[in-house]
Amino acid sequence: MIRFENVTKSYGKNVILRNLNFTINPGEFVVLIGPSGCGKTTTLKTINRLIEPDGGKIFIDEKDITKENPVELRRTIGYVIQQIGLFPNMTVEENIAIVPKLLKYPKEKWQGVVKELLELVGMPYEQNAHKYPSELSGGQQQRIGVLRALAASPPIVLMDEPFGALDPITRDTLQDEVRRIQKKLKKTIVFVTHDMDEALKMADVIVFMDSGKILQMASPEEMLRNPADPLIAEFMGKHMSNANMIFTAADFMKTRVTKVSRTTLTLQSIELMRNREVNSLLVINDDDTYFGSVSIEKLRSQGKPGKEIGDMVSDEAPVVNVKDDARETFDKLMTSPTGYVVVLNDDATVAGLITKTSMTKAMGEALWGEMSS
Amino acid sequence: MIFNYITEHVVIVLIAILVSILIGIVLGVIAYWVRLAEKLILWIVEILQTIPSLALLAMLMIVFGLGNVTLIVGLVLYALMPIVRNTHTGLTNVEPFIKDAARGMGMTKLQRLVKVELPLSFPLIFSGIKIALVNSLSVAVMGVLIGAGGLGFPIYRGIQTQSMQLILTGAIPVVLMALIFDFFMSKIERRLLKRA
Repeated sequence: MIRFENVTKSYGKNVILRNLNFTINPGEFVVLIGPSGCGKTTTLKTINRLIEPDGGKIFIDEKDITKENPVELRRTIGYVIQQIGLFPNMTVEENIAIVPKLLKYPKEKWQGVVKELLELVGMPYEQNAHKYPSELSGGQQQRIGVLRALAASPPIVLMDEPFGALDPITRDTLQDEVRRIQKKLKKTIVFVTHDMDEALKMADVIVFMDSGKILQMASPEEMLRNPADPLIAEFMGKHMSNANMIFTAADFMKTRVTKVSRTTLTLQSIELMRNREVNSLLVINDDDTYFGSVSIEKLRSQGKPGKEIGDMVSDEAPVVNVKDDARETFDKLMTSPTGYVVVLNDDATVAGLITKTSMTKAMGEALWGEMSS
Repeated sequence: MIFNYITEHVVIVLIAILVSILIGIVLGVIAYWVRLAEKLILWIVEILQTIPSLALLAMLMIVFGLGNVTLIVGLVLYALMPIVRNTHTGLTNVEPFIKDAARGMGMTKLQRLVKVELPLSFPLIFSGIKIALVNSLSVAVMGVLIGAGGLGFPIYRGIQTQSMQLILTGAIPVVLMALIFDFFMSKIERRLLKRA
């Protein structure tokens, strides 16, 4: 179990970690994710003391890690980095055997470990053990990188964007392999990434960080269902159903609407509607604020030459603010007796109009990108 | 007769280079490890290199007297610069993520140096050794002026007797040896660099 207690870190005035508190349970696959500079890698590196926090404490199995020798601590924690970091002057076997040798395993024992591990990722010992890293493909190199971290059977493995530099197909295979190995060997893995696909695929628990704080710590399902912050929702992007996306009324409205002053006369108004080919008009006060709407039917039944349009407006068209949630707007549109919803700015002026057509068009764009025409 | 001079010349230079490698790598490592010493060490070896060889040998003669030992000391001081500088540069330039990985594996500072950083710097250190060796072969000729042996002797004799033949007898082997060492060591150097 890894427990962070009020961990802080800053470089000069730059605050990297702000009072981190969280617990990682044994056997969990925990993914730290967030925009670059959010402190996820720093958090990872405090666990094996490559970075020392300024304040707070980190416990591994209830032991304060600052009380332990950093060199010995690191030998009990696996570490995989993005640039792979295999030592080019050593063979595959020598690379994998580094920590076992540091821990003074006898030769038969570390050789057995190397054989076993190579088998685990389907790289036969005879063909691979004596190659140098430069003779392997990127994917094979990172497999060895992972094996090297596992060689001394550490209960905890830290992985810092381990697959970030690999091509998508290799990345996918390695993700599956690591997940399989983690399940099989029951490791606690702390994994840093900025790729939400990867996080959702690998994690038991996702820790979402921003500006050195944890915005949310939850299972992938929970985070998808209830992102605690708009930034998280944005990171989830395409994984969220459209209903969960943060759309506002502004995203669905058309802004080319026909507005008339309330003093406009009946015949003028009918003429205008004919010209613009619209069925209703939005009537505004002298200070541009919204007054009401009039439909063509109403004008025909109630209007007479010389009568001002302001006397015939109705307020039956639903009104929403530009910042209102699109979902509410959608509900109002569906039940609207006029077939449209009026969108107002904060100062009560008309921002636009949402009709079934504008709604459909905007949804299409959200789903399939910008539409032609 | 000439072979004796050649042998003596080579032996003096090789001893000097071996000592220089030992001291140079140690100084290079200290410059890499201890930030306070870094500037000072690099500065001193740089200064040593700029002292004219004749002046350096003359000053050493006052301390160490006449003979081969004085020449060897002079050659060592002279050879330090390329070795120290290349060791320091090589260690400093090992990729940060390699150092990070080594630290993260739980290697001590010394283990990182011996198992990772020095092996990875070796091609550059070797280049430094090559430069030092080729240089020393010609500087060693000056040794005759402080009573040391080697190929300086026939050259000096040639100057005194105005015998071109004698001068060439001393000079040609120096040039040839420098070329031969340079050729073979450059070959090794290229192979090392290719592997790294």
